[in-house]
Amino acid sequence: MKPLLDSLIARFGITDPGLTLGVYATGMVVFCAIVLMGFVAPAAGIISFIERRIAARMQSRVGPNRVGPQGVIQWVADGLKCLLKEDLIPTEADHLLFRIAPYLVFIGMFGAFVVIPFGSSLVIADLDVGLFYLLGITSLVSVGLIMAGWASNNKWSLLGGMRAAAQIVSYEIPAGLSLLTVILFAGTMSVQGVIRSQGWAPHTWLMFQNPFLFASYFIFFTAALAEGNRTPFDIPEAESELVAGYNTEYSGMRFALFFLAEWANLYIIGAVSAAVFMGGWQLPPGVPDAVRPVAELLLFLGKSSIGVFLAIWVRWTFPRLRVDQMMEVCWKYLIPISFANVVGTAVWMVFLPKGQLPASAASFVMVALAAFLVVLFVRRVRMNLRESDMPIHLNPFV
Amino acid sequence: MAEIKTEEMVLNMGPHHPSTHGVLRFILKTDGEIVHECLPDVGYLHRSIEKIGELMTFQGFVPYTDRVDYVASMNSNLAYCTAVEKLAGIEVPRRAEFLRILVCELNRISSHLIAVGALAMDVGAVTPFPYALRERERINDLLEEVCGARLTYNYIWIGGVSFDATPGWLDKILHFVETFENIIPEFNRLISGNKIFVERLRDVAIVPREMAIDYSLSGPNLRASGVDWDLRRDEPYSIYPELEFDVPLGHGECGTVGDSYDRFIVRVREMEQSCRILRQCIAKFPHDQPDFRAKVKTVKPPPGEVFVRTEAPRGEQGYYLISDGTAKASRVRIRTGSFTAMAIIEEIAVGCMIADVIAIIASLDVVAPEIDR
Repeated sequence: MKPLLDSLIARFGITDPGLTLGVYATGMVVFCAIVLMGFVAPAAGIISFIERRIAARMQSRVGPNRVGPQGVIQWVADGLKCLLKEDLIPTEADHLLFRIAPYLVFIGMFGAFVVIPFGSSLVIADLDVGLFYLLGITSLVSVGLIMAGWASNNKWSLLGGMRAAAQIVSYEIPAGLSLLTVILFAGTMSVQGVIRSQGWAPHTWLMFQNPFLFASYFIFFTAALAEGNRTPFDIPEAESELVAGYNTEYSGMRFALFFLAEWANLYIIGAVSAAVFMGGWQLPPGVPDAVRPVAELLLFLGKSSIGVFLAIWVRWTFPRLRVDQMMEVCWKYLIPISFANVVGTAVWMVFLPKGQLPASAASFVMVALAAFLVVLFVRRVRMNLRESDMPIHLNPFV
Repeated sequence: MAEIKTEEMVLNMGPHHPSTHGVLRFILKTDGEIVHECLPDVGYLHRSIEKIGELMTFQGFVPYTDRVDYVASMNSNLAYCTAVEKLAGIEVPRRAEFLRILVCELNRISSHLIAVGALAMDVGAVTPFPYALRERERINDLLEEVCGARLTYNYIWIGGVSFDATPGWLDKILHFVETFENIIPEFNRLISGNKIFVERLRDVAIVPREMAIDYSLSGPNLRASGVDWDLRRDEPYSIYPELEFDVPLGHGECGTVGDSYDRFIVRVREMEQSCRILRQCIAKFPHDQPDFRAKVKTVKPPPGEVFVRTEAPRGEQGYYLISDGTAKASRVRIRTGSFTAMAIIEEIAVGCMIADVIAIIASLDVVAPEIDR
């Protein structure tokens, strides 16, 4: 980035230091915007397509398969349709807040991409306080949602906005505490630092370092689902209860922005859990340097798609919790457990120091345990398949 | 600190709310999420079907009974035709009786599939609904084969049925029943045992035994409250006396007797029993009696009145007819299960949350056309 800007400055013969700084700043902003828009918007769109296809397969439907080969550009058509729709603002709505709200949601979600590391050098900004920044910037979303709910001047929207605010604020605590165990163990808040403290093999991943971190992973994932308003925590936009919750009155592109943010958030859930708990882009040592950046990127995308798929799977399987049950899950279970995790990790680090035999042995045991759980799960699935006695179609192309 | 001034919020749910099953309207008075009052407002789908019945000939009214409950129109056909036949003293051929029960039980399964699928969808699980619809499609195919229609059948006529079974139709039903008996456990594994699903429905909107009788609930809603009453067994009509089946009751297996979960699980169990009835009908089918329709000209029942009630999927469906000796009824009155179920919502929804109101409506399985007629 810097050499390109340097050559630009040299060509136009800019010598004034203030102007030089301005060129750098503008250049970085433009670069960030291109990367964010060029990656995030298509990523959100493609994830929406993938989600619809996966959901269709789960529900013995076909799913979108008309626009483009196998329907892969369905999301472009949907986006264009939303752009062309009439931009409606209710007369009684608070016009200013009504317009600002989607942008706040959008900024909250997209700002998080700044610290997501796609490779050892492929990150927009490796902030020292990366994880802290992540928690902070995603909080903007709740402001946007409650603003949308209030400004719409609709009782269903208001209920949705209030639910969203209560839910997101509550679930930030377990999410933050789970990341705190990670920070404690890795000794850094920088996302790249956390990844560098892990290795490529599963037994070096933070997730498998001790039982508390293993539990933290699931708590973080659950809390992230709740923060992203995904089933079983899609209470703020519960379409069968609140019509559409906070975005009832939204239409056209503003409506699309909410959904773009939702799917971008889905990717963030996967990416953060991959980076923080699953070793991020860490490659095995044998990979040649020439292909390293690409391999790192592919590995990271692959790992983050695990979280994305899990979230989609959960969404199309579970019913929705009720408001009081949602609060109960958070305050009665997740928060005490995540506090215990923080304390447990600290104690573990004192008695089983990193890099020594007992700790390494423990991580191998953890990996074995996880593998055992996976085997149990596969057996269970096979049993269900055998009992239901239904033909199985594994070909994803219909 | 000064008291915060609060007030009740009046929330208008419907008639175009996504989960009010047609055009129902509820006026909710809520304190935040807690419902203090829930007033059902009916009449958005009123089509004067009873009045139409007085203007049409007896035979001409049969297609209109399809529209009384369009999710289970075979059962409406049956109730009306049985009433007219009793009034006019028409004998129905035995083959027709079997065909009637076959289509009615198929229709009962498809209606319950909608009920349990929609309930799951209303508490947020989307996947069970397409599962249920997939099976319903197969039933629709079967019914289409025998009568040419997929929703409003007009299949059961006064004196018999409109068409005989096509060759191989019974085998197709048998094949459907065989696979469907595997689908029910699959459906149960998918949703009935789901922890969140059970938590959402258990102990929600409990209807005790006495209350269910007081509000004259009927059908699965009544049986979920533990009242052992099924017209097919206790006041049998058609060929039901020859058939063996159990009447599933609510036992409060996840909470209290008569809660929303009981109303859900009773419907699932009834689908199993319907499969049993279908198997028996196919086994006993009178292949040697080809007559499937009595010779009926214009029906002119002698003056008099009759009330016939049958067990439809949404409770008792009864037709009260007064004949003055002409080809048109001088009074038609229809009694449906959804209407009484709708009345009880006002009492049981108090103190619930908004999300529970949706679950209550779905668990009572009210369908708008049956309420308004």
